[in-house]
Parts: sequence; C-alpha cells; structure tokens
Amino acid sequence: MAYLELKNIYKTYGEGENTTEVLSDINLSIEEGEFVAIVGFTGSGKTTLVNLINGLLEPTSGEVLFKGEPAKGTSHERGVIFQNYSLLPWLSVEQNVLMAVKEAFPKRGKAVWKRKAAHYIEMVGLTPAINKLPKELSGGMRQRVAVARALAMKPDMIIMDEPLGALDALTRGNLQDQILNIWGKDKRTALLITNDVDEGIYMADRIIPLRPGPNATLGPEFKIDFERPRDKTDLNDNPVYKKTRNAIIEYLMDIGEERKSEQQNTYVLPDLMPKSFVRV
Amino acid sequence: MKQSVTVNQPAEAKWLRVIRTFFTKVNIKKPTFNLSSFLKKVGIPLVSIAVFIGIWHLGAEALKQREINFRIEKTLTDQGESAAAALKACFASNESTCQTNTLPSPSQVWSSILTLIADHYVIKQDKEAFAEKTAAVNAKREAAGKEPIVYTGRPSFVDIVITSLKTVFAGFLLAFFIAVPIGIVIGLSDKLRNAFNWFIQIFKPVSPVVWYLLVFMIVKTLLIGTSTDNSFVISFISVGLCAMWATLVNTAVGVSTVDKDYINVAKVLKLGPLQKVFKVILPSSLPLIFTGLRITLSVAWMVLIAIELLAQSPGLGLFVWEEFQNGANDSNSKIIVAMFVIGIIGFLLDRFMLTIQNMVSFNKSEGI
Repeated sequence: MAYLELKNIYKTYGEGENTTEVLSDINLSIEEGEFVAIVGFTGSGKTTLVNLINGLLEPTSGEVLFKGEPAKGTSHERGVIFQNYSLLPWLSVEQNVLMAVKEAFPKRGKAVWKRKAAHYIEMVGLTPAINKLPKELSGGMRQRVAVARALAMKPDMIIMDEPLGALDALTRGNLQDQILNIWGKDKRTALLITNDVDEGIYMADRIIPLRPGPNATLGPEFKIDFERPRDKTDLNDNPVYKKTRNAIIEYLMDIGEERKSEQQNTYVLPDLMPKSFVRV
Repeated sequence: MKQSVTVNQPAEAKWLRVIRTFFTKVNIKKPTFNLSSFLKKVGIPLVSIAVFIGIWHLGAEALKQREINFRIEKTLTDQGESAAAALKACFASNESTCQTNTLPSPSQVWSSILTLIADHYVIKQDKEAFAEKTAAVNAKREAAGKEPIVYTGRPSFVDIVITSLKTVFAGFLLAFFIAVPIGIVIGLSDKLRNAFNWFIQIFKPVSPVVWYLLVFMIVKTLLIGTSTDNSFVISFISVGLCAMWATLVNTAVGVSTVDKDYINVAKVLKLGPLQKVFKVILPSSLPLIFTGLRITLSVAWMVLIAIELLAQSPGLGLFVWEEFQNGANDSNSKIIVAMFVIGIIGFLLDRFMLTIQNMVSFNKSEGI
C-alpha cells in the first residue's frame, strides 16, 4: 500500500464565472522511504499541490490518503520546508526550532526540548549560531534553520516546496548534500518540489513533471536509479543521466510549446482609418 | 556543585544577550572625537539656536517699541504733552507699572525661568514647614479616624509639571488597557471588526473638548458624594479616550494583517488558538502596536493642555490659562516658559517611545 496517495485531486480557486481550475486529475502514490521529485514551471500550481498534501488547503474534489487514512488538516507527521523560509523573525534559531520540538513532544520537559532542539540544530551545522536571530543569518543558514525546524517535528514524511530556490548555486549544492545526508540516515519518505531538473535527478528516485496550470496535471514519471550516494561529476559523464535529463527537459519544453500554440487565437481588428484633422 | 554551574550558565548567557541586544538596538558606540563631525552635530544646532534667539529678541523689541509708541501717542492726543512725557519717562525707567503686554523677550523668559525655580524652593520650604506644624495635629486626627489636613497652597511649577505627567501617564495606561485588548479582539474577527467599525470611525475624530464634556457628565455623577479628586480623574480619562484611537486602529490592522507565511507556520506546527495568538500573531504585530502607542502618547500630551484647562486640573494647561487670565507683568514670559517645557517633554516622551518601538520592530524580510 502506498504511503501517500493522491486520488483524482481537483483544486479550483474562485467561484462562479471566475473559477480557475489550478490542478486537475492529480494521481500520485509515493512508497515508504521513497524520494520523489515533482518538476514544473513557475506558476504551474506546485505550491498549491504542496499545500494540499501538507493540509493547509483542502482539495475541491478527490482525496489525500496518508498511510491509507484520509488526511485531515495539518499534522506533524508531514513536515514542511517552505519556499520562503518562514522563520519567525523575532525568535532566535533555537526558539524557532523549539516551537516545532514542543509540538512533536508536548509532554516532555524543558530540558528534553532544549536537548532535542540542540540536536537538530547541530544536524544542520548551526550550533555556533544557536542564539542568533534570523536577520543575522545568511540565506543558506536561514534555510538550514527551516530544515532543522521541519526535522524537529519528527515527521514521517518531509515535504519540500522549492526549498533551495532562492539560494546561490554553491549554497544550493551544499544544502542538497546535507538534505540527502539527513534523508539517507533514517530513509524518511520525501517529496521535493522543484523547478530545477538537475536537482531532481541528483536527489530523487523518481521524477514526475507537472504540466503547467491552469488545469495542471502530472505527466509520465521518470525513474532515476543511480547508485547512492551520487556524485555530481560522475553523473555529468553518465550517458543515462544525459538521456534522462534531455528526455525530461524535452517533455517540459514540448508542453510549453503546446501551450503557446494553443494560445494562438487570431484577433480580427476593426477596419478603422485614422481621422484627419486637417480641413480639406 | 558542578551541576549548579551548568544550570546557571545558560540563564546568565541569555541575560547578557538581552543587554547586548539592548545596546546594539539603542546604538551606543564608543565616542570617537572627530572635529568636523563634532562641529556639524553640535556647532550647527548651537548656531541655529543663537540665530533663533536673536530673531526672537529683535521681534520682541520691535513689538514692544510699537506698543510704547502707540500708547505715548494716544496719551499725547488724549491728555496732552506733559502726561505723554511722564509716560515716556516711566517706560524709559522700566518701572513695573509701565510694562508692555506683548511677546516677551528671551531675557524676560530667562528671568521667569529663574523666578519659577526660586518659587519652587520657596513653596517647598513652605510645604515642609506646614507638614512640621501639622504633624502633631494630623497624627491625632488619623488616630481619631479623620482625614489629615493637607497643604492646599499654590502648587509650584515643578508640581504642575509632575501633575501633568501623572495625568498623561494615567491616560496613556488607560488607552493602552482599553485599546490593545479591543484591537486584538477586533483584529482577530471579521465580524467584530465590522460591528465596531462605525463606532471607531465616528468617535475617532471627536475633539478633546467634547470628550472632556462627555467624561465630565459621567464621572461627575459616578463620583457624587466621594472626596476623590474629580479633576484628575476626569482629565486622565478624557486624555485616554482621546488618544486611544491610534493604538486601537493600529492594533486591529496589525493583528488582521499578519503575514500569511507566519499563519501557515502556526498551522503546520499545530499551535492551539491561544498559542497562535500569543506566539505568532501578537509578536508579529508588535511593531504596528508600538507605532500606535507612540502616536497615542504624543496625542495624549497634546490634548492634555486643553483638557486640563477645562477640567481645572492643576497641570500645565491650567497654568497657561491662569497666567493668561491673570495678566501680571511676567505672565506672558511664564506662558512662553510653559510652552518650551511642554515642547521639550513632548519631545522626550516621543524619543522614549521611539526607542522602545525600534527595539520591538523587525523587518519582514528578516525571516524570509
């Protein structure tokens, strides 16, 4: 049985004539311990899809099954790393993580909470910055705090919504490795939403392209079965990697072209002449 | 022993951190002496103050001369040459009977400041003497369950300023305790916001004088037969009601426009409704709440003068009005002294609130 299952999900925004269907007919199933990446264009409804899975939004129709049970609302079993780090700026690194720890272990005492928070902060290598405020951190460090906070909830599944989108290429590569490391340790189920095909191939077991919205739906999946841990340099020389990458990009580009050609309406211009103000 | 050390350490570190953040926020640096920046920061204001006093002096002189000329000419036409000459001599001798009633010069204001300070010490001594004299009687009265005799003489200028400050702080606290809770509740619920909106929109622009009259009607009746100081109660309530609107509106806006990202965090962390309010919504709206409180305090200080005047509360407002009514030689310069004191205190209060506001505010982009 699948760990997370989306069945015939439709999501519309607005009412009456202004209804836009953002997602239609989404079917997805993720097995336990799997790392799945969903790749799509900006504005294709990726964030909506994430929010449906983590429970911030409810689907218009269809259902989200988590461990076979319909998922209602948010839950600490599905931890989220947001696109923007969404740290609370008035709390220090430790306090931000503590908020999540308290949620996951509500009955334990302060000492346990502190120890756990310190553990997760160490996991992302931020122990020296434990008392700093988010504004004193760089973008990469902030995102690591967000990772620590998501992990601190002890989620069974971790959902990442373009977690590295706002970072520079070097920090990005570093954090990808860190996330893979943490994921590799206890093989939690992971869902990564991204717009970067390379990132998807490097990190995931399966890549599923999201056809751009409105009416976004999932395309055919691509299996990525390279040995882990993967090496970026080796991957670049791997012919299978190149083939898969090209196939995915081609697929995405084709949808883009398709959408463009769909939109080629012809407009009939009225037959008008500029009025002459010169008296003849 | 060892354990107690490890337990104490984080507490101390936190305490130190609070102090450190305070100092970085207040921005106190080691003073480094730099002549050109010193001249810029101290020299230019000093020069501008000198210029201001100079213009004031010249203006006051011109006004004084105009009044003197007019009065001499009037005497000349009404009472003849000898009376006019006598008046001219009187003005020239600067006697207390021949003073102009116009804008006082800076030197007159300065001497009024000295008079007011000297006056304060005289009254203080008076009070001490009175307390000594009545100590025995008061002890007896208290033993008999009667109220002690209190000093009912004229308040000194310092007493007056203290009364005004007390009134403003009482009014500010009242505004705080009314506006912040109501603002939070209104901000949290759309329905309540719609229900209260007309109320806020109608009462916000009402003038302090009308607020005073309304409070007067109610408080006077409520306090019938009690010996409470009516004028103080009435004036601080009026000040509070006048000034609370900025805080009320700002709190409601701050609470209702909390960033969606923070709300999402609260949802994902599954915070309860109370925790959501206290851990996420309130901290994120603190900057706006404090902006509102800062406006409230400056409005309170501004309306205070008018309200004290109406309420006959012995503060700066009443002082200014009584000096104006009393028309003594130094009345005008005392009014100017009061004006400067009002201005300076208002400035200090605003600075105080600004410091607090800077300490609690954060940039939205800091967490994102």
